[in-house]
Amino acid sequence: MNMNKLTKFKLICWLFITVGGYAQDDLLDMLEENQKPTTNFTFATFKNTRLVSGHSIETNAKGVLQFMIQHRFGTVNSGWRDLWGLDNSTIRIGLEYGITDNLNVGLARSSFLKTYDAMVKWRFLRQKSGAENFPFTATVVSSIYLNTTEWSDPERENFFSSRLSYHSALLLARKFNDKFSLQLMPTIVHNNLVEDTIDQNTVFSMGVGTSVKLTGSVRLNFEYYYLLPDQIFSRDTTNALSIGFDIETGGHVFQLHLSNSRGMNALRLINNTNGTWENGDIFFGFNISRVFNIVKRKQVKN
Amino acid sequence: MKKLGILLIMLVISQHMQAQRYMTQNGVISFFSSTPVEDIEAVNNQVSAVLNAENGEIAAVLLMKAFSFEKALMQEHFNEKFVESEKYPKSTFKGRLENFSEIQLKKGDEEEVVIKGSLTIHGVTKDIEVKGELFNDNGIIDLQFAFQVQVADYNIEIPGPVKEKIAKTIDIDAHFKMNKM
Repeated sequence: MNMNKLTKFKLICWLFITVGGYAQDDLLDMLEENQKPTTNFTFATFKNTRLVSGHSIETNAKGVLQFMIQHRFGTVNSGWRDLWGLDNSTIRIGLEYGITDNLNVGLARSSFLKTYDAMVKWRFLRQKSGAENFPFTATVVSSIYLNTTEWSDPERENFFSSRLSYHSALLLARKFNDKFSLQLMPTIVHNNLVEDTIDQNTVFSMGVGTSVKLTGSVRLNFEYYYLLPDQIFSRDTTNALSIGFDIETGGHVFQLHLSNSRGMNALRLINNTNGTWENGDIFFGFNISRVFNIVKRKQVKN
Repeated sequence: MKKLGILLIMLVISQHMQAQRYMTQNGVISFFSSTPVEDIEAVNNQVSAVLNAENGEIAAVLLMKAFSFEKALMQEHFNEKFVESEKYPKSTFKGRLENFSEIQLKKGDEEEVVIKGSLTIHGVTKDIEVKGELFNDNGIIDLQFAFQVQVADYNIEIPGPVKEKIAKTIDIDAHFKMNKM
């Protein structure tokens, strides 16, 4: 009998809890419980497809054409006669296009060594959280360069292949939070023709970059490429260290920076940097990027 | 004892049965911003909504990231800078159909409805009142409504360079087709 009473009591308690629970049940809570877990892809790790002079993991979305004009001026320490370097500008003009959100191709021309370059860039892993998790984004970028300057020695036998150079980089980036992103970029540059036989044709370097969000539209970026030692002997080289601001205005991104390198492509940035910050070999430069939506995205409506 | 147990279970089940609800997980909410410079439209077709057919209570939840824009970059700016989707991933609405007892949810009857409730966007909750239409389409509750929100009411800051392109008042359309749960 005692047992029975206890059981009854338990049952009645349970009834009140259950019914009470349903009566209080909040519709919003119910919806939240019913929601399918979603995967959050990390976005806006960086503002642009370039961190400063080198690539970032970012790609243009499908159907988006990016037009980029880059300028690097002469050294700030070149004095008043050259207006502290402004007389002495080099330019790179390029187009990049999103075939898919993850696959971009590009074409560009740099005034330095009258070089054309063609690029393919593939973002093959994405940082994500939620239903699926992955800690970083990974992109590979490869370019082929064609130097169209006149042969320095037309007398000797010159090969077309000597005009070609290549670069490949693996870009790994993580957006740690809303404010801070970090990128690593191991990079290989290969020149078919080098200045001197003592130089390596294939040169290895390691890049590291960071981006700090200052406001919604302004970021501060650092970029550093470390050239591994004992690869280039015929000339002095230094490691490229750049600091830049991204300023975004709708479809434009303005990137203003200071660097000891005038490089706007990996060939020059990594293999041909010889300025040092201490001696004031500092170059002012900017990138202006504008995107055009060539193919409109579909918006599905019921 | 056994009888009591069965009685209790039946009572609980009947309680469940009474709580008649209609729900959807692919409701559509779209918004429009119109300025002389640019018209912007975004659509979210993964909105969850539920209606309690007993008391007219209604609730809806959506993920800000699920709004799709014509331009990918706009979508990124919307999420990153304007509504800060990483900080405030969801927008919610909780309210009640006014004078609900008068609405019988009868098949085929199109009813003008007024919904009062609180809308949360960007972590800010405001009371709103919207007008809409509700009808029972062969057991599916079809609810449509439209309203406007002031961007400034929800502490959404639009940076200077794009201020001209984004309207201060945004038109919002909602369409839910809710099935019996």
